[in-house]
Amino acid sequence: MTELDHPAEWTYAPAPESRDIARLRSSYGLFIGGEFVDAADGATMKTINPATEEVLAEVAVAGAADVDAAVAAARKAAGGPWRSMSGAQRAKYLFRVARVLAERSRELSVLETLDNGKPIRESRDSDIPAVVAWFFHYAGWADKLEYAGYGPSPQPVGVAGQVIPWNFPLLMAAWKLAPALATGNTVVLKPAETTPLTAMVLAEIFAEADLPPGVVNIVTGAGETGRHLVAHPGVDKVAFTGSTEVGKEIQRRVAGTGKRVTLELGGKAANVVFEDAAIDQAVEGIVNGIFFNQGHVCCAGSRLLVQESVADAVLDRLKERLATLRLGDPLDKNTDIGAINSAEQLQRIRELSDVGDAEGAERWQVDCDLPTQGYWFPPTLFTGVSQSHRIAREEIFGPVLSVLTFRTPNEAVEKANNSPYGLSAGVWTEKGSRILWMAEQLRAGVVWANTFNRFDPSSPFGGYKESGFGREGGRHGLEPYLEVDDG
Amino acid sequence: MGDASKSVAGSAAGTLTGAVSAHLVEDLSSDAALRAFLGGLPGVDEVGAAGRAAQLATRSIKRESKLWALDAAIRMTDLTSLEGADTPGRIRQLAAKAVRPDPSDADVPSDAEVCVYPDMLPHAAPVVAGSSVALASVATAFPSGRASLEVKLADVRDAISAGADEVDMVIDRGAFLSGRYAQVAEEIAAVKKATGSAHLKVILETGELQTLDNVRRASWLAIASGADVIKTSTGKVSPAATPSTVLVMLQAVRDVARATGKVVGVKAAGGIRTAKDAVRYLVLVHEVAGVEWLTPERFRFGASTLLNDLLMQRTKQLTGRYHGRDYVTLD
Amino acid sequence: MADDTRVAVRRTAKLFVGGAFPRSESGRSYPVHASNGDLLAHVSQASRKDARDAVVAARGAWSGWAARTPYNRGQVLYRVAELMEGRRDQFVEEVRAAEGGRKRQHSEQVDAAIDRWVWYAGWADKLAQVDGAQNPVAGPYFNFSLPEPTGVVAVIAPQQSSLLGLVSVLAPVIVTGNTAVVLASAERPLPSISLTEVLATSDVPAGVINLLTGYPSEIAPVLAAHMEVAAIDLSGVAGTDVDAGELAVAAAENVKRVRMPAEREPDWSRAPTPRAMLRFTETKTVWHPIGR
Repeated sequence: MTELDHPAEWTYAPAPESRDIARLRSSYGLFIGGEFVDAADGATMKTINPATEEVLAEVAVAGAADVDAAVAAARKAAGGPWRSMSGAQRAKYLFRVARVLAERSRELSVLETLDNGKPIRESRDSDIPAVVAWFFHYAGWADKLEYAGYGPSPQPVGVAGQVIPWNFPLLMAAWKLAPALATGNTVVLKPAETTPLTAMVLAEIFAEADLPPGVVNIVTGAGETGRHLVAHPGVDKVAFTGSTEVGKEIQRRVAGTGKRVTLELGGKAANVVFEDAAIDQAVEGIVNGIFFNQGHVCCAGSRLLVQESVADAVLDRLKERLATLRLGDPLDKNTDIGAINSAEQLQRIRELSDVGDAEGAERWQVDCDLPTQGYWFPPTLFTGVSQSHRIAREEIFGPVLSVLTFRTPNEAVEKANNSPYGLSAGVWTEKGSRILWMAEQLRAGVVWANTFNRFDPSSPFGGYKESGFGREGGRHGLEPYLEVDDG
Repeated sequence: MGDASKSVAGSAAGTLTGAVSAHLVEDLSSDAALRAFLGGLPGVDEVGAAGRAAQLATRSIKRESKLWALDAAIRMTDLTSLEGADTPGRIRQLAAKAVRPDPSDADVPSDAEVCVYPDMLPHAAPVVAGSSVALASVATAFPSGRASLEVKLADVRDAISAGADEVDMVIDRGAFLSGRYAQVAEEIAAVKKATGSAHLKVILETGELQTLDNVRRASWLAIASGADVIKTSTGKVSPAATPSTVLVMLQAVRDVARATGKVVGVKAAGGIRTAKDAVRYLVLVHEVAGVEWLTPERFRFGASTLLNDLLMQRTKQLTGRYHGRDYVTLD
Repeated sequence: MADDTRVAVRRTAKLFVGGAFPRSESGRSYPVHASNGDLLAHVSQASRKDARDAVVAARGAWSGWAARTPYNRGQVLYRVAELMEGRRDQFVEEVRAAEGGRKRQHSEQVDAAIDRWVWYAGWADKLAQVDGAQNPVAGPYFNFSLPEPTGVVAVIAPQQSSLLGLVSVLAPVIVTGNTAVVLASAERPLPSISLTEVLATSDVPAGVINLLTGYPSEIAPVLAAHMEVAAIDLSGVAGTDVDAGELAVAAAENVKRVRMPAEREPDWSRAPTPRAMLRFTETKTVWHPIGR
């Protein structure tokens, strides 16, 4: 038998998607009343590629007047054809949108990766397929609302003002828009400041689908634009996904106004690994839990709670596995870890990691070369973390995992629940009764048992406690957009 | 061998579960001890394992790496014919092809071995003599393994005396599935003894074991009992090799090596027909077991039709043209 | 000859916290009058500290109450109805005294209040079937959703409807496994005090329902801002000078679930819907792979 010379390095191809596929334009306007328009005061901002810091495009910044116009357009549409149209007709518009989204999925994937910094593997295999699925799922609800359990003739709330984050830009737009439209509402959507581009392509798709003007209006801008929208008296319902801090601000702002509100906020999920877990899959689950989308995930498994008896074995495997992660060009199909979305977010991740050092936790980072341009942070573990450490309590929203240990199921539950957040949790054990016990005990809106970070349009998602209220997904996701008999 | 197997099984289990101590598998002749040991191995979640394998299947390989990978796959191929209709003439052609897969290109490496039934070895032997291609034979009442140990050992001795460098045995799946682990271990150990210096590949027939938990347990049992290589399938049962089963077997050899330093190979056999699939398996090998396993010493493909696709893809990589079936030899 | 006309033993109206009947730690009380102006009683005027103590009691009782089987919670609620029925005349008299008007109307109110406990008792082991689901996700996963209790719920009970209003906002909170801190109608608290006496002899565990008497302007802000209170029903703020918007602002500090008051107190005799319970539940969704 012959000896083989190993390749000096078993190299995967730099297999970048061509950025031409994104059909990037130099500037993007607001989408109001079915038209693409500049901001009334002509204000613009630049959106950049966080992997390279190059400017991708200029985007309009909506001011108070633009938000006014958008809400007026939405109000007009809410009282017009969208309202009088039967659910069956509404459904067909949404199905149409779903189909066009699928057709343009490659373009949207590349554009999402350029604007957000996430690996193309994720935008292509995860984000965009889910966007399509969300529209397809909710399209089918539009003519079946009377069977949804919200009364014999549930009515739309009216105009929804929706503010979404930068971590899953188009997917969050889909989560917000699809149920709002299926239930007959009209919408003013504000994409995140740093990731406005795919939403504008979505606007184009709405226009191409002949959606009546004003049914969906998209206003780009920063926090100020969002504040105008949330405070606007013409908005009947506010939906927000983002940080708990901003969520509280919104809850205060709408308090006493009579507006309906749903909030999907931060998290600090515990991912609990028992000694009898399927260790190899648990390690994959830990990796997926915290390093998926650079850890820019509100439901990320950012606290690993591992049973003491297997802590060393799990950590060894985890470190070995992390060493195989490929960090770099997000457009490369082989990339696992992309860029941090913004300089501001990178700064926050660095600060909290430094706090971890200062509080005495032990930092371990993958030894990898970071690109010199752009915003990057290597996959990071902190061991020796205790419940009182800030890195065990505060949402870092980056590729940083805090590792804690436990001895018994009760201790695991106690630690897992010891948080103001309650968005998600993970459990890894091969014992069925323990899975169900943990699922019952954990105070979180989503419990992933022997898996993590799974999403589906039919599966309700949302938080307990300071992770917000209201559910998105499935039948439950209709309720925030319907006038429901108040009991 | 007995001592080595104790340490393999015992300390590795300790590493994996932190709960199973070394002495539990001191005795490979006790079903209870083996059940405790194998049961102490971490479970495998089928959906998670399949998800991981599917994710790795999306890796793209660089052109130079692809050429290297195609050549590596050719060198890792155990060119196989295990048909009732095999004839001396067919086996001679097969052996010739293993030695020189592409008569028109001397740069194409030889395969790792030819794998045939014991009675066909004498026809392959003269053809591979002097080449790097090893002679391998299936034995132990292949493929069902339904015969007495006596008969199985006679089968093995027959293969060895006919010049086999490597022997591919089948485990007694019936014994494994009914919990008679000691019998499985004993047979493997007895065959190992009978093979002498020849390499022993132990076929788990994962399609009959069905669950990935069983695949992991059978892998450890085979390794503890003396396997040099653990092999997925006979090729006579569907499904044969799948990415998930190979993933789990690669994890087993990785864990054994980590725990004890003992190096065991993996052979993916059956159902692998395209170069694209072969390269995906090499990605699995690379990412799960590590680059050290990317050698014919440690990883093999058991296949009959795969070779031609590897050759066609190789030509495509070199010339940029898609090759036609009429330009590769049909043996 | 001595006049031995019996002197009635009057009740001291106290708070109900953790299954006990303490006076306000502040030592304060305030007079409450019948609709005709007669003095009915002096009731404890709960302080901020009483409110905090009540939250502690409610928090302590929560895990145990939430862990009861739904069947058991249903029985416990039904038992409340049984005991109220035994004191039906007393409740009718107290509601009449508090609210004035014709007696027949109050009988109906009390009957409706008792029947409402029965209605909610029956929901205990059905709500999860009506609101829960197995979700048909696209993949090899078993996925289900079900409603769970939110935690400690503060309830500002309606000011006008002293018994039916109270039961209408209280029963839906506790039937799902929440525990409650209730501020009774400030001017019409006596039926609620009788209810606590029913509760004390019922099977409702101590701390599951805690009832304070006092003023919304003093107590509601404490409850709205309390970080251990997960949700607040402000129904009883309707018609008072308390600014519900300000309370809702305070409630945002820990992202409380808030039920805002209607502009005017609603007609509580209207049949409720499951929404009354679901308002103070959380939907939990659980995923598990399906494999061999």
